[in-house]
Amino acid sequence: MTPHDLWILLTAVLVAASLGFVGCFLILRRLAMVGDAISHSVLLGIVVAFLLTGSTGLLPMVLGAGAAGLLSTWMVELLRRAGVQEDAATGISFTAFFGLGVVLLTLHAGDVHLDTQHVLFGDLVYVPFDILAWRGWELGPRAVWTVGGALLIAGLTTWLFFKEFKVIAFDPAFAAVVGLPVAWITWLQTGLVTLVTVAAFESVGAILAVAMLVAPGATAFLLTDRLESMLGLSVLVGVPAAVAGYGLASWFDLSIAGATATMAGLLFALALLLAPHQGLLARWRARRRTPA
Amino acid sequence: MAAATGTVDLAVQTRGLAVAYRKEPVLEGIDLDLPRGTLVGLVGPNGAGKSTLLKALLGLVPLRSGWVRLLGQRGAEARRRVGYVPQRESVDWDFPATVLDVVLMGRYGRIGLFRRPSRHDREAAWQALEQVGMAPYAHRQISQLSGGQQQRVFLARALAQDAALYLMDEPLAGVDAATETAIITLLQELRAAGKTVLVVHHDLNTVEAFFDWLVLLHRRVVAAGPTAEVFTPKHLQAAYGGRLLSLPAPVGSEASAPSGVRL
Repeated sequence: MTPHDLWILLTAVLVAASLGFVGCFLILRRLAMVGDAISHSVLLGIVVAFLLTGSTGLLPMVLGAGAAGLLSTWMVELLRRAGVQEDAATGISFTAFFGLGVVLLTLHAGDVHLDTQHVLFGDLVYVPFDILAWRGWELGPRAVWTVGGALLIAGLTTWLFFKEFKVIAFDPAFAAVVGLPVAWITWLQTGLVTLVTVAAFESVGAILAVAMLVAPGATAFLLTDRLESMLGLSVLVGVPAAVAGYGLASWFDLSIAGATATMAGLLFALALLLAPHQGLLARWRARRRTPA
Repeated sequence: MAAATGTVDLAVQTRGLAVAYRKEPVLEGIDLDLPRGTLVGLVGPNGAGKSTLLKALLGLVPLRSGWVRLLGQRGAEARRRVGYVPQRESVDWDFPATVLDVVLMGRYGRIGLFRRPSRHDREAAWQALEQVGMAPYAHRQISQLSGGQQQRVFLARALAQDAALYLMDEPLAGVDAATETAIITLLQELRAAGKTVLVVHHDLNTVEAFFDWLVLLHRRVVAAGPTAEVFTPKHLQAAYGGRLLSLPAPVGSEASAPSGVRL
């Protein structure tokens, strides 16, 4: 293992951890669709933000991606009201936004900071070469700082608003009755998802960002019955996924992002089968013990 | 319609309340005056708008017209003194939380942003669990509970709110006989303590035994008042129409009523 490998691994782990962490509340609130909306519209948002501001700074990208995410959910609602079935409306809006993003991106493929290959497939391999420097000090890869910072913000915000996040995820109507700002908290959570997705997207490309929003949280959900442990596990699940993904990719010379996403899916399948209480095997055995 | 005087004595007051879902009217012209310290049943056929009425009182659905006053106040200020028991099916019981976690949520409105439940909040939650007989299950994962136990947990959460008015959506639905007796005893204790309890109910056989006030609803208020005045064949016919095939027998009569006339 060279330092080069370690930086790549750390980046992959941080991406999986940050997305998995914010994904937990999307899963619990049954808002995985919102995550889908954001991750698919992020590309369009980033490209438009870049064309408007000429910068690849995190803030314009988060704002652009957030606006695009909103626009796509609004479009779903508009189509639904016009009589289109909800799943069809969802599918069309998200893919149209993604497609438009790709079109705009390829139109401007000549621009230095935004190239198709990088944005779509991500280049974890090149992460160690984009070093953040401050007064001549090399602080490590920029991606580690971006994604790590996003994870830190998500963690701190969740810690501060933990009880609001919890009751709104369980019973939003009750939360509203006891006077909690449900709409405001929902915006905050949507903002966190956007921030983390953009940070991951910008550093490692679309594939990991889309794959990791749901898989780690869904795995953690199966392994525990405490919210705190679910959040912790969703972060930890990213480690074996990233390590196994990187090993697989190096061994067979594959895309690291693709291999990591595949491993996350495999870990979920293992948890679904073998989880102590909610796993299929445990439930099958419980059913055999207590015949109906 | 002119507002009635003496609103301070009323737990719930509405005038001209109307609610629509996607332009379909669900409730129209609801005028209610529920006095404090009563145990009120809210009954009506399926689709009568019972749950919607509770949600409208709580501000959870937009009103098309009219107004609501709870405990003499309007808006969010009033709702802070209202306990709510939603339908059990309205949440996902696979949520990763313990019984105590859920009951503590009843305190969240009082705790304030950025703060954790205090020892006092925990004591209130434990006391609520004792009241519904669920203290031994405090650390149990909520997905492991039976339907009746889930219902008790929701009741405990409302009790932890320490409210003056309780709105409950079918707290007796799908519970066994022992739980039903325990819950109705608890509701009577609340009334004895001066609280007002409004309960959506579906079993016409038990209406007379349980409630001292009754609201018969079918998109409009068919009748409202003391149970003895409201629970009459004429009013029930007006609320349920042809769907009420056999009226329940009076309580204590020898006539064998079909057990649980569920409509």
